Amino acid sequence: MTAVKLISVFSENKPGQTARVTQILADADVNLRWVTIASMGTFGVMKCLVDKPAPAIAALKDNGLAVHFLDALAVEVEDKPGALNGVAKLLSQHGVNVDNVSGFVTNQRAVLVLEAHDIAKARTVLESNGLRVLTQEEMQAAD
Amino acid sequence: MFWDKEIETLDRSSLEQLQLKRLRETAQRVAAHVPFYQQKFAEAGVDPTDIRSLDDLRRLPFTTNADLRATYPRGLVATPPGELLRLHTSSGTTGKPKALFFSRNDVDNAAGLIARAMTMTGVTKDDVFQNMMTYGLFTGALVMHYGAEKAGCLVIPAGPGNSEKQLLLMQDFRSTVVHITPSYALYFAGFLESKGIDPRRDLALRKAFVGAEPYTDETRCKIENALGVEVYNSYGLSEMGGPGVAFECSHKGGMHVWEDHFIAEIVDPQTGEPVAEGEYGELVLTTLCREAMPILRYRTRDITAFIPGPCACGRSHRRLQRVAGRTDDVLVVRGVNIYPQQIEQVLMGLTQVGRNYLIVLDGLDEMTVKVELAGSGFDGRIENVVRLRDEIVARLRAEILTKPNVELVPPGSLPVSEGKAKRVIDNRTL
Repeated sequence: MTAVKLISVFSENKPGQTARVTQILADADVNLRWVTIASMGTFGVMKCLVDKPAPAIAALKDNGLAVHFLDALAVEVEDKPGALNGVAKLLSQHGVNVDNVSGFVTNQRAVLVLEAHDIAKARTVLESNGLRVLTQEEMQAAD
Repeated sequence: MFWDKEIETLDRSSLEQLQLKRLRETAQRVAAHVPFYQQKFAEAGVDPTDIRSLDDLRRLPFTTNADLRATYPRGLVATPPGELLRLHTSSGTTGKPKALFFSRNDVDNAAGLIARAMTMTGVTKDDVFQNMMTYGLFTGALVMHYGAEKAGCLVIPAGPGNSEKQLLLMQDFRSTVVHITPSYALYFAGFLESKGIDPRRDLALRKAFVGAEPYTDETRCKIENALGVEVYNSYGLSEMGGPGVAFECSHKGGMHVWEDHFIAEIVDPQTGEPVAEGEYGELVLTTLCREAMPILRYRTRDITAFIPGPCACGRSHRRLQRVAGRTDDVLVVRGVNIYPQQIEQVLMGLTQVGRNYLIVLDGLDEMTVKVELAGSGFDGRIENVVRLRDEIVARLRAEILTKPNVELVPPGSLPVSEGKAKRVIDNRTL
């Protein structure tokens, strides 16, 4: 399976919470490759992709945090106008609903991180249309 | 199992005759020795020698919480000072405490009722009883301690808190029965989980007597599942000698009130008149055997009901419902009466919700319920957290008829208590 594992952390939306989570990860010698934080009123969810998922989740759990793995697809696209649009059109043509998307650009490569309910179908659609879905190892090593 | 089968299964008519005899003795004793009751009888125009039937009880005056505070520190003592053996004070959170005195027989009787109750649930002299309650002025720990000794258990007076040490005691001495508050039981279950201890596999616990704070059936289930024990509901109050007033038998179908020691009435809290059998009202208790400090018709402020019909266990003593609330712990929010237990019942019915919650009242009349998300209740998706929060709001609204704010907070982020939990913070500026 070429899905990547995101770590999702539940926290209160108040000062110091991001610092608390990132301190735990730093103490566990975990490097963040990618992170998003979504807040919803009084609480928020931080999602991250890290170089060492198992020690990261263990450290967070040991500190009493509510954490869970989430599967996502990391898709490599060209760094040019219309790249996200191409992926979005492809998925919509095949009836795949995307829950969350974020992206970043590194060394002339653009990477989209997609969460979808039907992740297996999303992967098939993307790969059969010539897009490269990155593995966990590739993402962990990405720079 | 019976501790005293004859008295526990005494036929109703003999039980009522015994109650009448003891009521007359109690009323005459307080009329002779307690100025407070002498005055009350005079005001009500009651002659205690004139009690001819149990119905005459209704002519006797009530005793209230305020009466006990007003007579602090002397109390309503009916014996010479030399006969007093022990003092407890109530765990009153506001104003003056209540002074409660015990004679030697009172101490022994209180222990006897606990031995009776414990035996009823299957506790034997082979059990190891770890008492995780606060020892001191509060009656709960000491009375249960004496009762467990009377029943023949090995008693470990652990006191509350220091979970590491509690666990060591449980492991080293193979404790089978604990006495604990519901909030500490839930906290302790979380502690065991964090230590990787499975109580069913690693400990010998089989029963828990859970008391000192009100709790719901949902909380009982949570404690039973988390600690791998049977939980028996009990009812008592310091004013009536402590925790042994009413206890559940192994059928767990309501609490048998020991009617050879107490007369229980259930009245309309406004009018003081009895409610119909089976209806909820305020429990009023009269002591029948207490020497040092007999109390007539004590307004407990606890809301409960008699459960009609006999119990399958064969005991003739009537059963009380779990206390549904207190006449004085009701929160009035936006003109609606809300009991904290209603909120607890909703929350503990949801598996995604953890062990701790807090009700905060702010501003003019803003109610916020803070709830810990269970570690296992988070699937990583923010939309499901929102959905859970909205479901809690909807369920609470259906139960309490007003819409509270609900804040889901991470596990372990609310203040924990190892004693009595503080569930309500009222910051209102009304």
